[in-house]
Amino acid sequence: MSGLPTLRWGRYEIVFWLLPFAAFFLFPGYLTLGSQILIAGLFALSLDLILGYARIISLGHAAFFGLGAYAAGLLAKHGWGEPLSGLALAAIIAALAGWITSFLIVRGQDLTRLMVTLGIGLMLYEAANQASSITGGVDGLSGVEMGKLFGIFAFGLDGKTAYLYSLAVLFAVFYMSRTLVRSPFGLSLRGIREGERRMPAIGASVQRKLVAVYTVGAGIAGVAGALLAQTTQFVGIDVFGFQCSAELMIMLVLGGTGYLYGGLLGAAVFMLLQDYLANLNPVYWQFWLGLLLVIIVLFARGGLMGGLIAVQRRLRWSRRWLSR
Amino acid sequence: MAIALRTVGLGKSFGAFKANSDISLGFESGARHALIGPNGAGKTTFINLLTGVLTPTTGEVYLGEEKVTGLPQHARVKRGMTRTFQINTLFPGLTVLESVVLACCERSGRSGVWWRTVAAERAPIDEAREILARLRLENDLDVPTRNLPYGKQRLLEIALALATRPAVLLLDEPAAGIPSAESAELFHVIAQLPRDVTIVFIEHDMNLVFRFAEKITVLVGGAVLVEGTPEEIANDRRVREVYLGEATHG
Repeated sequence: MSGLPTLRWGRYEIVFWLLPFAAFFLFPGYLTLGSQILIAGLFALSLDLILGYARIISLGHAAFFGLGAYAAGLLAKHGWGEPLSGLALAAIIAALAGWITSFLIVRGQDLTRLMVTLGIGLMLYEAANQASSITGGVDGLSGVEMGKLFGIFAFGLDGKTAYLYSLAVLFAVFYMSRTLVRSPFGLSLRGIREGERRMPAIGASVQRKLVAVYTVGAGIAGVAGALLAQTTQFVGIDVFGFQCSAELMIMLVLGGTGYLYGGLLGAAVFMLLQDYLANLNPVYWQFWLGLLLVIIVLFARGGLMGGLIAVQRRLRWSRRWLSR
Repeated sequence: MAIALRTVGLGKSFGAFKANSDISLGFESGARHALIGPNGAGKTTFINLLTGVLTPTTGEVYLGEEKVTGLPQHARVKRGMTRTFQINTLFPGLTVLESVVLACCERSGRSGVWWRTVAAERAPIDEAREILARLRLENDLDVPTRNLPYGKQRLLEIALALATRPAVLLLDEPAAGIPSAESAELFHVIAQLPRDVTIVFIEHDMNLVFRFAEKITVLVGGAVLVEGTPEEIANDRRVREVYLGEATHG
């Protein structure tokens, strides 16, 4: 069917997904960093669904990341170490929290949403801090003991299981999200983005759709948090922190919103840069990160993805010119 | 004839200003009913009250037998009352086909489907293509709305409304801003809509009004001045004084 979204995979998409496999074999010493990137990418993907597709600005998305992390961590600490069911439960808890709080968020405008999400994040942080007998407070939750994946693959120190597990989960959730944004539901989200005023006039309840996508975004953030808890076998209280939400926003904006790939790309660039710059100068690295962010936002509209697409378009143009 | 849509004492005040006051009107099923009146007569406010964009200060709206006064916009659309906008209110980044497919999915209850692609939804796509062909937009399916010429955007306004399969269609100056030759053509398309659709339209071009309307209501200062057939309205002294007179002298 011409012009309408299908599930066909593009050339660049296939190349993109081969990269993490190549990294697995080429950089066996960096698998821990690799897992962190995959998890951050999944987290950024969840924010992209609500920010890039539904235009809900959130500075408290870490709330759901943290809930997922603590849910999975606490389960494993108290004897339920099976990873996949832990992941599912964490997703359900985070999605439930997302669904409940969505009603506070969908009715507001940008500034209200910013403040409400920020407030919810702060509340959960303090709650986790207070309930230190359960969460470990500022010392973090230790004693998380993971079972073997499928009863076969142990989460060892080499990080291989953790990396491939994170990659598989990321790809599965990405595939689901990719289908979602190309579905009728995804089309209606684009409708809200493009013409929110028209939506009620074609019989669509904007509020109901925003509730749905916010719930899904929260659930995916929960999966990302659970992955972090499971692969590092530790939960620090900073998963609820404002910095966590803010860095997430930076990753996504850096990569570009509304492409799904932007979050993954942004997370990779952010984490690699952080690793590299922090090695150069552990105190000063955020300066360069800040500078890069300012440059990207001012000069490459649509982030790295927007920039890449513009370059690709330019190339295609010049190629057409040359072949004349 | 059955009444498709009626209002009882409908009014809207913005502070001390009464945009609409005590409007009680009935629109018969299958009517071709024009709302006319000078600028600021409250025609668009009336449409906004009917469709739920604005909440009335007084009065009620009935769609068929059902009172819809308190219902949100989308619920009224679901019950068969759809409007178009005087100023294009479209989806600039969606293509023509995507826009109408979106509306068709919404109408057929498929818009919650998230587990398969839009391209797999054959029925809404076929329906959208059929509507677009009727409005002579079949060659612009893959054109992004923002790149569409203005006149065709006006047609897309109507296509989106038709996709909701309205029983009552409210057209707020459908030909606003397009040359008169094109607007006649646009009204020709409107005239060919099925007879079971009740059409209420606001229009400033009196030639078009008298050609297409079977009944005319004149609003002045937010209230109904007079209602009647085109002949009655054309011969009404008050209308000539207040509205047509002004227009011809101006």
